[in-house]
Amino acid sequence: MAEQKNSYYTQGLSVPETPAPGEEPAFWKQTHVVGKRLPRVDAYERVSGAAVYPSDITLPNMIYGAVLRCPHPHANVTKVDVSRAKKMPGVRAVITGQTPEAKKLKWKYNDYSGPLFDTHCRFEGEAVAAVAADTHFQAWDAVRAIDVAYEVLPFVADHNKALSDDAPDIHDSGNLVGTDEYERGDVARGFDAADVVLEQEYHTQSELHTPMELHGCVAGWDKDRLTLWESTQGVYAVQSEIAEILNLPLSKVRVIGHYMGGGFGSKLKPGKYTVLAALLARQSGRPVKLILTREETYLCTGNRPASTMHLKAGVKKDGTLTACDFTCTGPSGAYPAGGTALVDWQIRDLYACDNVRCASKDVYINAGPARPFRAPGHPQASWALEQMMDDLADKIGMDPVALRLKNIPEISQGRNQPYTTTGLKQCIEKGAEQFGWKKAVERAKAHNQTDTHIKRGVGMGACVWFVGGGGPPSTVIIKLFRDGSVNLNMGASDIGTGTKTVMAMVAAEELGVAPEVIQIEHADTETTQYATPSGGSKTVPTESPTVRNAAIAVKRQLLEMASEDLNVPASDLDYEGAQIISRNDKNKRIKVTDVSRLKKRGVVVGVGYRGPNPPKKSVNPFAAQFCELAVNTKTGEMQILRFLSANDSGRVLDRLTYDNQVFGGIVMGIGFGMTEFRQLDARQTGRLCNRNWHDYKLPTALDVPVDMESLPIEIDDPEANNTGTKGLGEPVTIPTAAAIANALFMATGIRFTRAPVNPIEMRRHLTAKKEG
Amino acid sequence: MGAQNSDNNAAKREGMTRRGFIQAMGTGAVGASLSGAALAASHGNEPPEKILSAKDTVKIHLHINGADRAVLVEPRWTLLYVLREVIGLTGTKEGCSRGECGACTVLVDGIPRYACMTLAVEAQNCHITTLEGLMQGEELGPVQTAFVEEDAFQCGYCTPGQIMSVHGLLEKTPRPSMDEIRIGVSGNLCRCGAYNNIFRAARNAAERKIK
Repeated sequence: MAEQKNSYYTQGLSVPETPAPGEEPAFWKQTHVVGKRLPRVDAYERVSGAAVYPSDITLPNMIYGAVLRCPHPHANVTKVDVSRAKKMPGVRAVITGQTPEAKKLKWKYNDYSGPLFDTHCRFEGEAVAAVAADTHFQAWDAVRAIDVAYEVLPFVADHNKALSDDAPDIHDSGNLVGTDEYERGDVARGFDAADVVLEQEYHTQSELHTPMELHGCVAGWDKDRLTLWESTQGVYAVQSEIAEILNLPLSKVRVIGHYMGGGFGSKLKPGKYTVLAALLARQSGRPVKLILTREETYLCTGNRPASTMHLKAGVKKDGTLTACDFTCTGPSGAYPAGGTALVDWQIRDLYACDNVRCASKDVYINAGPARPFRAPGHPQASWALEQMMDDLADKIGMDPVALRLKNIPEISQGRNQPYTTTGLKQCIEKGAEQFGWKKAVERAKAHNQTDTHIKRGVGMGACVWFVGGGGPPSTVIIKLFRDGSVNLNMGASDIGTGTKTVMAMVAAEELGVAPEVIQIEHADTETTQYATPSGGSKTVPTESPTVRNAAIAVKRQLLEMASEDLNVPASDLDYEGAQIISRNDKNKRIKVTDVSRLKKRGVVVGVGYRGPNPPKKSVNPFAAQFCELAVNTKTGEMQILRFLSANDSGRVLDRLTYDNQVFGGIVMGIGFGMTEFRQLDARQTGRLCNRNWHDYKLPTALDVPVDMESLPIEIDDPEANNTGTKGLGEPVTIPTAAAIANALFMATGIRFTRAPVNPIEMRRHLTAKKEG
Repeated sequence: MGAQNSDNNAAKREGMTRRGFIQAMGTGAVGASLSGAALAASHGNEPPEKILSAKDTVKIHLHINGADRAVLVEPRWTLLYVLREVIGLTGTKEGCSRGECGACTVLVDGIPRYACMTLAVEAQNCHITTLEGLMQGEELGPVQTAFVEEDAFQCGYCTPGQIMSVHGLLEKTPRPSMDEIRIGVSGNLCRCGAYNNIFRAARNAAERKIK
């Protein structure tokens, strides 16, 4: 056993010094576990089928739920007759707006609150009734047997027409959700000072999250206590909303979400389906599994809103940006949901510019409400700004990389305060160098001079992400058992980014224990600690400092305990992983596993809390991406040849999961720029035309380049937090589409202002260009 | 693949769509709709003895991961539903239920096939292998190990299907080229975008299996 005990420790590696009680831990100068390429601690579960996702749950007596949804974009429900459905084989619960338990319940969208079942259906896919039956198939039979009558109303599906006089009012207040305005300096004077002023309209289409695991949950009651197995990014967020809606104490709502199959922002909160599952379970007295169909997820689980943007920008001959004037209209959908949220942040913050004006208009349309989608607003504005930068560079005869480097801001202009660190310059500079930017440009231009219908282009884009520094609250508990093995308890979800793995690495770094010995308990409101949802690129900078604090709390207690065994004050002792040693007398040492009070108690419990972020400073990640592609000018087909992403996200915790996330962000950006768009039948029916993965095309293995490179720009950031980390998940996808568009311009001479650019769109432009 | 690739590649790659994948692999959406005919052909062309309504349950025998299972199913139940909800083999995932994403890929007589597009009654007398069937006791099989080493997933939900596709590919093509790998998994969507690591894992697995 003795040898086994020792194997729990990373032999021969030093452990960071334990700060005295009340002192902050020092910044890691050197790390031994953190920063390595470590396969995930839960990889076995994920590749063996042992990982139980919420949609995998089966419980004794469990039945299946299904939801009847309004097939019209705008309608009043005039009749719901469930008498036939109730008699269908296997049916055990039916709920409509008239069901007493459902009648008084409210559902919220931001500040808006309305009935759970609103007879005024404002989007296709709004819930009208729900049933539960013994099998999934019987539940759907029953849904089809419900007799509903609708009074179909005029609709508006185009956000650019939402405010016109002939558009029907979606809400009594009209179709304007709200406006947002921002101004610094004097834009008119800025344009006067410019040598070149350009303006352009840009459009991006609505993008749908479509995570691989469908949205949904399993709900079960034990008398007055509700348990939910929900596919979610945040168990505590689901708990608090459901407790509020159902008027239950938080202690009576348990939410479990150990595994989840992707969310990208669409699973930050519960869905109406969560409430419906709970009601069906209550009525039937059985656990209910309610997993949406793929088609339903296209209609009602959120989207990245479309945008219509206008950008006017001025530049001096030397490359100094003098003014930016930006407007955007975007749709929340049928309810307030952030149709233009954060859409102007790139304009406000990314490049140095004294005179900036931004105005955005969020409007209602008859379509499913938006939800946050990986860097809300940012890829849209990046599509406009990064293309504008290239056009300005072209007009003043400057290299696009050089123009961006000319306009690196010293502080966060959007917040008017310094960044803790900014790697924007290094991302652009080192990224360009690693990519071989200059040679690639020369090579593409020379290639395009030759007589070939395959044209080449290279392009780039840079970005800042609005937040990404994380922050309180978060609590983590680390238990060190008497054999030296460790249990790490946190509420955060691992949405596929490797959260569990990197937290095990942080604990291993501090405690000198091998990461494999650390067992993670997470994402369960009953057994794990409070955490905010995993989203906004904040999980690592929020949770990793908390984990470090919890590990330090364990070490401090062990030193106190060992001081009794060794008869020296704790302040004289060093925790060195496997053993604790006196600084003054190296002969005075004890194995951690021999510490008397640890042996007696069986465990040491360390509690860590997330400390505050630095006051009056902004913590932001930055990135620059570079792309090379080829265009077949006869067919309109495009092939991305390679991509490089240089990211300043502070310290890299696990290089393996870090690179994976970088590549994933590029893939999603390729979707935004080249393949994905929600197509509403805006003129005739208002209905969604492409409600499946066949008609709504995600990038496949054949659409992505094999040659992708991740270049971390690691800048010490001791001010940001005690692990020096910043978020990664969002910046990796912000400039991708714009970098592609810039490369397409070099290849074809066509400025693609409408995303996405698929082969049909490319062909259309090529023909138009040819015909002049 | 670098910038030096031949000019025709853009056209070639784009041309190989999912339809191409199906033609190349004989699997997927079309494969599933063909599967009835294919199975009928392989088991004789006699007319069915009895027409069943959707509500009748029938007893069928499935040969899954080397073991025989007798289950009562409605004729409309898919193989996916029976695997997950009746038998409890939840390693096979449901992503779309209409032959688009490949999360439910299983091997039917050694060929990757979408379980959501195969009726359970159609799968009688076939050898079905699911992700669980690649395990050797508690130990991971070579493709699974390669996926761990190369971090060939993020959320892990498409992963069982990706692994089954790679497994099926390597059974037929032990030394696949990069293009063969990409085509081999092009019927499996990954929304997290872990494709590049999946390619690496397929190479890694090929090397492991050849050793």
